[in-house]
Amino acid sequence: MSAADTPIDPLNPVMPDPSALPADSPEWRVKFPHVNYINAHYGIKSWLLTKDHKRIALLYLASVTVFFALGGAYAIAIRLELLTPPGDFVQAHTYNKLFTQHGIIMIFFFLIPSIPAVLGNFLVPLMIGAKDLAFPRINLLSWYIYIAGALFTIWALLNGGIDTGWTFYVPYSTSFSNTYVVVAGLGIFITGFSSILTGLNFIVTIHTMRAPGMTWFRLPLFIWSTYATSLIMVLGTPVIAITILLVALERLAHIGIFDPRLGGDPVLFQHMFWFYSHPAVYIMVLPSMGVVSEIVATFSRKNIFGYSFVAFSSLAIAIFGFLVWGHHMFTSSQSVYASMIFSFVSFAVAIPSAVKVFNWTATLYKGSISYDTPMLYALGFIGLFTMGGLTGLFLAALGMDVHLTDTYFIVAHFHYIMVGGALMGYMGGLHYWWPKITGRLYPEGWGRFSALVIFVGFNLTFFPLFLAGYMGMPRRYHAYAEEFQVLNVMSTAGASILGFGLLIPGIYFLWSMRYGKFAAPNPWPATGLEWRTLSPPPTENFASTPIVTWEAYEFRPIEEMEVIGPAPEQSSRPVPGLTTT
Amino acid sequence: MQIPLPKIDLPRLPFTPEQASTIAGHVDALYLYLILITLFFSILVVVLIFYFAVRYRRRTPDEIPPPVEGSLVLETVWTITPLLIAMTIFVWGASLYFALYRPPTDATEIFVVGKQWMWKFQHTEGLREINELHVPVGAKIKLTMTTEDVIHALAVPAFRIRADVVPGRYTYLWFEATKTGRFHLFCTEYCGTNHSGMNGWVVVQDPAEYQAWLSGGASESPAAQGEKLFQSLGCASCHKMDVQGRGPMLIGLYGKPQKLDNGQDVIADDAYIRESILDPQAKRVLGFGSVQMPSFRGQVTEEQILELIAYIHSLAAPQGGGTANTAAPASGSTTTSGIAPDTQRSNPVGPTSPRTQRNTGGAMQPANANANTPRGTPPP
Repeated sequence: MSAADTPIDPLNPVMPDPSALPADSPEWRVKFPHVNYINAHYGIKSWLLTKDHKRIALLYLASVTVFFALGGAYAIAIRLELLTPPGDFVQAHTYNKLFTQHGIIMIFFFLIPSIPAVLGNFLVPLMIGAKDLAFPRINLLSWYIYIAGALFTIWALLNGGIDTGWTFYVPYSTSFSNTYVVVAGLGIFITGFSSILTGLNFIVTIHTMRAPGMTWFRLPLFIWSTYATSLIMVLGTPVIAITILLVALERLAHIGIFDPRLGGDPVLFQHMFWFYSHPAVYIMVLPSMGVVSEIVATFSRKNIFGYSFVAFSSLAIAIFGFLVWGHHMFTSSQSVYASMIFSFVSFAVAIPSAVKVFNWTATLYKGSISYDTPMLYALGFIGLFTMGGLTGLFLAALGMDVHLTDTYFIVAHFHYIMVGGALMGYMGGLHYWWPKITGRLYPEGWGRFSALVIFVGFNLTFFPLFLAGYMGMPRRYHAYAEEFQVLNVMSTAGASILGFGLLIPGIYFLWSMRYGKFAAPNPWPATGLEWRTLSPPPTENFASTPIVTWEAYEFRPIEEMEVIGPAPEQSSRPVPGLTTT
Repeated sequence: MQIPLPKIDLPRLPFTPEQASTIAGHVDALYLYLILITLFFSILVVVLIFYFAVRYRRRTPDEIPPPVEGSLVLETVWTITPLLIAMTIFVWGASLYFALYRPPTDATEIFVVGKQWMWKFQHTEGLREINELHVPVGAKIKLTMTTEDVIHALAVPAFRIRADVVPGRYTYLWFEATKTGRFHLFCTEYCGTNHSGMNGWVVVQDPAEYQAWLSGGASESPAAQGEKLFQSLGCASCHKMDVQGRGPMLIGLYGKPQKLDNGQDVIADDAYIRESILDPQAKRVLGFGSVQMPSFRGQVTEEQILELIAYIHSLAAPQGGGTANTAAPASGSTTTSGIAPDTQRSNPVGPTSPRTQRNTGGAMQPANANANTPRGTPPP
């Protein structure tokens, strides 16, 4: 017949007969895809040398997913070992490597790059109405730096691994461990530059490339939180780089910096390490807060309650976050007065987080709430982050922390923040923007089902660990006392449910890239600029520079939320879902 | 300063370890307070979310609710209220922390040395044990801790106490057990391959039972062993007891401020004495600036250093007056006579060390130098 059988020349498509094939039918979309960032160029080179922020986001997506799977595999091995009190599944030395590598992979190669580098890369230019980031070449460079760092670390893992704990405490890491500390550290050192460059790129982009009318207080809250995150990346990461360098110097050249036998100070290391690593927690969770703000607004069709309070609380968290590192060291022999100040500021940093939770909750009031998968993740985030944040108060309280630190209470607390918070936000964001990223819909039923499975599995995995922690079970124990077994069995059972729950999206995301339904430009519908271009967006994002005349989260009927269509020279091809009245 | 804590009789909560120390009930009370706060806020948030999610569920696909303006009053309320609650937790937690980390002065001292992967304890009576610590019930015990290798941490969950044990310095813990029994003792700072094997028991016994246990073991006190070391390492040839030798006299030294040759002051505590044994040139006492005491790093173990400190501590026992011997130090250490009086003026609480006394010329009677304490006499 006519259009359906004719091969299409992608550079010079011919208009088919609309009567034979309706312009919004799936067949039409298969045969006449609009030119977008995915199909604009073909071949591996077009991906590896791309300067398009959206393609780089996908490069990051693929790489962090690999690392998440690897980190998850370590987690499974850890939970299997802890099923029974004696150390009977792996050797003690192996177990120490497992939790070390689980931590290093998950923190430096999954959580820190996950939302900023994947969703941030994809969304920052789209959300502010720009064509790309300010420095597209640096953006690509930062991915290569990330991969280079990752390869160093993987090399260390393959050649015997590392057993210092992800915290690299000295003098164990500098003078005692016989594992690949320097190589793995070098990997983190290198990857840090990727973080710095990404942060720098975002800051410059947000400052200089906002579309006309996109004032600071019309920015989506995701941009505010990404901005705050970028500040931490740029200011904090150099400190961990210096710290790792000093560890390497002491380890290789025996220059006494941290080891007291060489004249150094081991507590100095902890100060330097946590000066970065505490703010790094906010690198992981602030972007998730931004995602949750977007999702809560969209799925309750409401403007975020107290927009400016939510926006500024991100900055407050970023600033206060640099002043609380000593709360990791209440038992480290630091001065009791220093501890007191760190405790005080830690309570202060809890307040902006609480403000965010109350504002999200208030946003639901008198909204129009739907229960799509992203919303389930966002509501899950609020609940789990509240638990994680409140248990943080236990640890900020000095006398309480003495009993709880270095027990499973800590492990449970930071998993509530990092998995319950950061990972839930990331999953919610992936679902929310999946139609925009791929132009396809994921299966909604499976999405909701897996969100529930993940929520249940997560709580079963980590809630018992709070109890084990208060009972005194120390963390990083290969073998443990028998009275902790019941709680550990529950945790391992929960972990298997959690792992199963996380497999489901892995499968249907892959499936939907080929078989999912086509997505309209604004499927939910939502208000952000990223929804006013096509799904997936064309390489240059918008056909013409958008001019913003509306406030953030100003919901209007979908007909009024105009889609900024393809460029005039491409407009010979009709685009399904594009309102052309 | 010891912050007095009110007496608390809290029943043992589920999923908590036994309360076996005076501080445990206080920690549990704060825990209960925090649990109630957590329950209140998480239930509040969850109930509101569920209520709104049901009450304001989407009824038609294209409904658009009217926007709601923010409220400064609400924002203020939910900023100030959590802040006030947080401050109560802060004050409570800080007061507990000070109680936990300030050992009472009348506590019995026990030396603890961590080592990959065991705990070594030494009692004042000289008895040593590994991975088991016997203590009498109802007695205040102070642990003076250090490590021979990496950082460890000593935790006894039933006592709700914990402190890192850091190489190169001393850290302290104290407790008063309220119950007899065996309680877990863990290393909780990751310290290498067999970290999870570095644990043991605190055995709390009735005083009588404890005395019986004590008498069954070796009986030379750390101070006495330290004195032997003091002689065998040759310390005594310079640090003389009766006349001024090449090094400062150590009688009456412990716990007192010392003038240094760089003009600073330092308290002659455990940390300073340890440093002076291992790195004698780091902080030199005024008047001994040119004395080249050799370092004993590598020649003494952490346990031996603790014994030497115990010996020097024993020399400080306040027993009678006596004259401090303030003969001139070895040649080359003569100082310009102006320095000491000047520095002494700038430090009114400091006329304590025999060295500075020497330079004041006439005032040869140090305020607190108990010079003629018999050697090796343990503290009362």
